[in-house]
Amino acid sequence: MQKILTRHFNQANSHRLDTYLHDRGYEGARKALTQMTPAQVMEEIKKSNLRGLGGAGFATGMKWGFIPSNNPKPKYLVVNADEGEPGTFKDKYIMERDPHALLEGIVVTCYAIGSHKAYVYIRGEYVKSMQILQGAIDEAYQKGFLGKGIMGTSFDLDVVIHPGAGAYICGEETALLESLEGKKGFPRLKPPFPAVVGLFGCPTVINNVETLACVPHIIVHGAEWFAKLGCEKNGGNRIFCVSGHVNKPGIYELSVGTTLRAIIYEHAGGIREGHKLKAVIPGGISAAVLTADEIDVRMDFDSLKAIGSMAGSGGIIVMDETTCMVWAAMVAARFFAHESCGQCSPCREGAGWVYRIMKRICDGEGRPVDLKNLPGIVGNIGGNTICAFGDAVTMAVGSYVQKFKSEFEYHIKEKKCDLTSNLQEAWH
Amino acid sequence: MPKLTIDGKEIEVPAGTTVIQAAEQLGIQIPRYCYHPALPIAGNCRICMVEIEKQPKLQIACYTPVAEGMVVKTNSPKAIEAHQSVLEFLLVNHPVDCPVCDQSGECKLQDYYMEHGQYNSRLVDVKVKKQKKAFSIGPTVMLDQERCILCTRCVRFADEITKTHEFGVFNRGDHSELDLYPGKQLDNKYSGNVVDICPVGALTDKDFRFKCRVWYLGQTKSVCPGCSMGCNIEIHWDKSRPHSHKKARVMRLKPRLNPDVNQYWICDDGRYDYRFIDEKRILFPQQKGAPISWEEAIDTIAQKVRQIQGAGQMEKVGVLVSAQLTNEDIFVIRKLFKDTLKIFHVDFRVPEKPGYSDDFLLKADKNPNTAGAQAILLQEGGISTKEIIQKATKGDIELLYVFGHDLVKLFGKETVEQIAKNVKFFVLQASNWNETCDYAHLVLPSAVYAEKDGSFTNCQQRVQRIWPAFAPLGEAKGDWEILSLLAEKLGIQLKFSSSEEIFNEITQRIASLSSMSYEKIADQGMILDGTRH
Repeated sequence: MQKILTRHFNQANSHRLDTYLHDRGYEGARKALTQMTPAQVMEEIKKSNLRGLGGAGFATGMKWGFIPSNNPKPKYLVVNADEGEPGTFKDKYIMERDPHALLEGIVVTCYAIGSHKAYVYIRGEYVKSMQILQGAIDEAYQKGFLGKGIMGTSFDLDVVIHPGAGAYICGEETALLESLEGKKGFPRLKPPFPAVVGLFGCPTVINNVETLACVPHIIVHGAEWFAKLGCEKNGGNRIFCVSGHVNKPGIYELSVGTTLRAIIYEHAGGIREGHKLKAVIPGGISAAVLTADEIDVRMDFDSLKAIGSMAGSGGIIVMDETTCMVWAAMVAARFFAHESCGQCSPCREGAGWVYRIMKRICDGEGRPVDLKNLPGIVGNIGGNTICAFGDAVTMAVGSYVQKFKSEFEYHIKEKKCDLTSNLQEAWH
Repeated sequence: MPKLTIDGKEIEVPAGTTVIQAAEQLGIQIPRYCYHPALPIAGNCRICMVEIEKQPKLQIACYTPVAEGMVVKTNSPKAIEAHQSVLEFLLVNHPVDCPVCDQSGECKLQDYYMEHGQYNSRLVDVKVKKQKKAFSIGPTVMLDQERCILCTRCVRFADEITKTHEFGVFNRGDHSELDLYPGKQLDNKYSGNVVDICPVGALTDKDFRFKCRVWYLGQTKSVCPGCSMGCNIEIHWDKSRPHSHKKARVMRLKPRLNPDVNQYWICDDGRYDYRFIDEKRILFPQQKGAPISWEEAIDTIAQKVRQIQGAGQMEKVGVLVSAQLTNEDIFVIRKLFKDTLKIFHVDFRVPEKPGYSDDFLLKADKNPNTAGAQAILLQEGGISTKEIIQKATKGDIELLYVFGHDLVKLFGKETVEQIAKNVKFFVLQASNWNETCDYAHLVLPSAVYAEKDGSFTNCQQRVQRIWPAFAPLGEAKGDWEILSLLAEKLGIQLKFSSSEEIFNEITQRIASLSSMSYEKIADQGMILDGTRH
């Protein structure tokens, strides 16, 4: 299994430019800038089947292609490093262990879309990531990989880091743009999409850190090579973040076509001693929870979508039989209630309402009618909101009620919970 | 122009029209909270969701532009369910304190619950408590955060219309709260409008709070007499329960839509200046402070006029007209005094200090009908107010007939004292008590604009109708009606039975109004023909 994104992670000083240069660093950027036209770069990315690894899985090349060529306004690349999806910790590693991979991806991408300024919007809590990435940016400027006339060409590019301020919703790309513009992080109405009206009203591409880190490899090794790493319509590897009741939690770079079972049992060391798998969240807390019977699914975007969940951010949260699913649902609901931006009514009022119902059931005060009402209340949020946050509430919270209904019924009927997992204890 | 179908009805509208606007043209009211035609689209309330064929998700009608061949359903089961669910969400944390809420009866939560809701409550959990309830946010408006549905209409009004930026939505999720920015007060000249656009009881008017339940209110279309802008208003009055509010009839004024004049807005000066309609009114004719009958009063004036006429001294009559009067009043004044009695000292121009003005609705000329007086009185020849006053103080005027003006305020007490001493007969025809009343020999009670049928011509040269909300208070009469009585006494043919009759004669006599009629003016007004402005 060839590692590309994480190949430097275990080297000493992997964040330094000389380490990066030692291993064909910035060759992709050099190739793109000196031997290819922007259109050729874009074509290569399209052919690679690279898809957005922030969570939505949108085809990256196609996204770039939406940037209008005849628009006289400046164009921007905005890097979404607001990694806030619970269960996800991959972008942090890229920025801290291999920041130049991200920077090289930024250079190639900006060249392809004709942008001369890139903003990296980093989650406010990621102070170390910011420090290391800033160090890398400084190094790149010194070596002429950023700034004026990059690598002796006429291409100029500036990269600026902008820290977030602690709002999950600012990972939503248009809320991120609002925040970057100095406003409250509220998602925008779409259309227009950012490719046409984005940052400061200008055409803007917003890509995730990991997505951009893939870009130089596609240029160096070619689109076909990258596409073959993954599966049909979804090229490459991705970094899976495994947490919860496994023996070896951590990050695993694997083909996007790996099955969930293989990730849990072959790579993450299986479920902890003496326990068995109960449920798993495959792609960050916004994804629908899967039961132990559903883990033979491939982890690419389309396969997970087909079974009603999503690959999302690659955050895999594994739960064994000691986990109370009512409690897990309540924790998810609590997160959504806390992070709903409050702009549009179904999500603002609905997320909090759902949480209060969940909390009540958890506290042994559930009523039979709650179980009758929950699917409707949860279902009225998704699809009716400005951004995908509402869909996440519906998909994620709804899945617990649907797939673990008997546990909810037990809680409501018996007004107690027989399970106390170590997670639950840690949480209290 | 794209052609589309909404609820089975076809319509063709210009490209760029939104579905909510197109539906409105078909008479279909899609429910809305955040949408307001004069404000930027926010798309946050989500209640205007409609089903559009070939689109997987429901779309918000306020933001979706029409497209050729689009098929929209505003009342399909999916759309109805969406409307209900948004209402349910909005009410989850709403206190539903309708019995003590001033908005009750004109609240969109109530209205839409009846139209689109009618579900059984599924809420058993406690509501989110917010801090500010019955909280003063400025001289005119009270805020109730838990009634607020965060539609941000007021935020956008302060950002886009007044550009005073007082409001913001603070906090996140269901703890979001409408509030003022720290250190700010809602204290601008248009603050009352936020109450009008607030679809619920979150922003209520201090002036109106708990004064009257809205279902007791009658509504009469009118025009604000506060300045020459002539903003279109509605007079909201309660005549049936005078015991509730110390005999006051008018409860509040509200703006009335006129896209060419005031759009949806009025200023606070106009909005809160209505108490004179019911307060300090002159209720019966008085001679030197003693009540007399109309018969006696009119008789006295007629005798005086005949006396002067007999002596051939009509240059010794001065008439001060007011630009507060309607076109119809002014025309009858002209017809009686200028055209028939050949009095030439007739003028409406008084030396008033210009009032507060801005680049929006407030004009420096605080009279509603300066343009009308100008057009009808044709101020050429004769002498000006200043000269009439000079003559009067010197004793060169025998009969001074003043409409509405407070001469004390305009010319000072000393001048008015001299006038009272030197003018043989000083008539003041006015609606409200002012200091000049004490000096006039005869005071005649006239109606206020809210009691009149007629028209004003605003600073845009737009002739606009006013309608009587109720009959004149006490024995007061309309200005032209009083003059009709005088004419009759003098044996002059000046019989008008209605304002419309007068207006029809105006249109025959004054070229710039020749194409008009009450029917044509309707409730949106008409611009004078051939105006140079």
